[in-house]
Amino acid sequence: MPEAVTSKECVAVVGIGQTKHVAARRDVSIAGLVREAAVRALADAELTWADIDAVVIGKAPDFFEGVMMPELYLADALGAVGKPMLRVHTAGSVGGSTALVAANLVAARVHRTVLTLAFEKQSESNAMWGLSLPVPFQQPLLAGAGGFFAPHVRAYMRRTGAPDTIGSLVAYKDRRNALLNPYAHLHEHDLTLEKVQASPMLWDPIRYSETCPSSDGACAMILTDRTGAARSPRPPAWVHGGAMRSEPTLFAGKDFVSPQAGRDCAADVYRQAGVTDPRREIDAVEMYVPFSWYEPMWLENLGFAEEGEGWKLTEAGVTELDGDLPVNPSGGVLSTNPIGASGMIRFAEAALQVRGEAGEHQVEGARRALGHAYGGGAQFFSMWLVGDTPPTA
Amino acid sequence: MTPLPGTLSAPLVVEFPFTRSLGPVQSAFLTGLRERTLLGVRTQAGEVLVPPVEYDPATADELRDLVEVGATGTVTTWAWNPEPRRGQPLATPFAWVLVRLDGADTALLHALDAPSPEAVRTGLRVRIRWAAERSGAITDIACFEPYDSGGSDSDPAAEPVPHTVAFEDPVTGIVAPARLDYTYSPGRAQTRYLHALTERRTVGERCPSCAKVYVPPRGACPTCGVATTDQVEVGPRGTVTTFCIVNIKARNAEIEVPYVYAHIALDGAGLALHGRIAGIPYDQVRMGLRVEPVWSEDGRYPDHYRPAGEPDADYDTYKELL
Repeated sequence: MPEAVTSKECVAVVGIGQTKHVAARRDVSIAGLVREAAVRALADAELTWADIDAVVIGKAPDFFEGVMMPELYLADALGAVGKPMLRVHTAGSVGGSTALVAANLVAARVHRTVLTLAFEKQSESNAMWGLSLPVPFQQPLLAGAGGFFAPHVRAYMRRTGAPDTIGSLVAYKDRRNALLNPYAHLHEHDLTLEKVQASPMLWDPIRYSETCPSSDGACAMILTDRTGAARSPRPPAWVHGGAMRSEPTLFAGKDFVSPQAGRDCAADVYRQAGVTDPRREIDAVEMYVPFSWYEPMWLENLGFAEEGEGWKLTEAGVTELDGDLPVNPSGGVLSTNPIGASGMIRFAEAALQVRGEAGEHQVEGARRALGHAYGGGAQFFSMWLVGDTPPTA
Repeated sequence: MTPLPGTLSAPLVVEFPFTRSLGPVQSAFLTGLRERTLLGVRTQAGEVLVPPVEYDPATADELRDLVEVGATGTVTTWAWNPEPRRGQPLATPFAWVLVRLDGADTALLHALDAPSPEAVRTGLRVRIRWAAERSGAITDIACFEPYDSGGSDSDPAAEPVPHTVAFEDPVTGIVAPARLDYTYSPGRAQTRYLHALTERRTVGERCPSCAKVYVPPRGACPTCGVATTDQVEVGPRGTVTTFCIVNIKARNAEIEVPYVYAHIALDGAGLALHGRIAGIPYDQVRMGLRVEPVWSEDGRYPDHYRPAGEPDADYDTYKELL
């Protein structure tokens, strides 16, 4: 077949907008919250509603806010009238999956310019209740969200021999990075490593300061094709690879410490982007780390370190903002967690880095960055790799 | 749906009182209802939308130009509701109506108190019956009722009036209770599992393809996608593969903290299940600890697991189950 038919369109990120993430946005409705992020993304791209061909939106399960199919009611706020509007559902990874669905619509030349957005208003939500319905005949989960993940952290420590201080190093780094990000929820100016290490042990081995907050916030991006990118007033970020993978929540042989779906997803993205040595070839990573120990775990799962070696990168300062592989320069999920939006914030922050638009938390000279999200019982994975130049065919 | 014969079923009620921040437009609308003032919003094209919305459905423009409309209006369409359900505006049969209030260009959904469907028609003139106690909610309108308009189909004097929206003590949030009623059936595989548990036996099912034993069984192997048919008794003893120490009390949990929440691979099972460990100080629980179930008099599941008094399992014997 002729090349023009088989090749995908290049996808560029030309607009990014976030709300200032906080514990509770009582001044706005859900519509007002998503509108704020969308308007900022349009302003960044210097576009109007009329320039948008389709809207792709994501959030955590409907039970969280108790609004069934909120995308129906949000069509007005997002200028979707007369346009296709899609909703994506993949639990905590949804922000990433949503961006990838939008990117694929552009890559497939279905639409030229797509607004993609994800949100959560956790102050009006109850995630704990939404995730632990009292299903008859089943044994209730006795331990809460952290209790679900803490045993896997212990398994990682046993498997790798990581010292028990690693989690606190991650939490301290991410919270310090958040001070450089005006949109981050937590700005703990007087935090010290000692305070992290002295914070209460909630689900041993996870401490209070090693867990993510509960935030209200939204994140939006404008994705477009080469023609759209040529008109962009600011440097675009180019999508070099994107993939999603899934696996069951529980199955015999599941590796909770390093799920196969995560490894496969990363390998697919690197293959698309022509990356053979992610540690050397990627300049910044925004990974989904809701509990601090997931940084070393994902460093291994994503191929940045050999099995058992991830914690050594963290311990050596490699993942610090001035290290050679900065992880979560934005402060990450540990500093900001509007659940449905958290994955898209990772993708958007990766794009900000390669656009050179990350402000005070800019990684100097970042040319390629990875955005990563996961969700459910570590069963949904979505990732993209963005660069400062268009991908070469 | 009717459960399969021989399977268990039970009601599952899911309910939660969600809070909602209203934003400026819904705040004005609901506060207005409390004050018996009907507010709509005017679009740039000059249309008046009641109930008001924050963003123009046609142009996506932000809308903030609030206007007051009448408390009387005209039914634009309707449907008779012969059997009102719990939580609906009226307990006796009534009509769901779309009412275009005088001065508005769009219609509001509400209930019409009418004696029979014969008393309702499109074009009927109606007025608001206010609730005696009003809090700033759509229920401040108790319902609509027909009234004698002297033959006129609309109020010719009704023109929307600009409104300053300078209410004292505005309503900024509401509570929106949500409730869903289900009948839950765990299906055949889980029913067999639950029946065996009543005899204090744990029975899983083996995948004919990969030979892994699923506990609890789901009727199919999620990896191979084939039905699991062979029933296999596992346990009763098992190995703690990993665990955490819970130091914060979960809502409604009766267990005192700290306690140990563990993943336990019962002997013969292909994956771990979750349980509490007791009968040993919490800080002495370790990976590899051999445990056995402790049943309470009336529990469906083991109340907890306690040390079985055996040497710890070697890491290599359970590392694949982590």
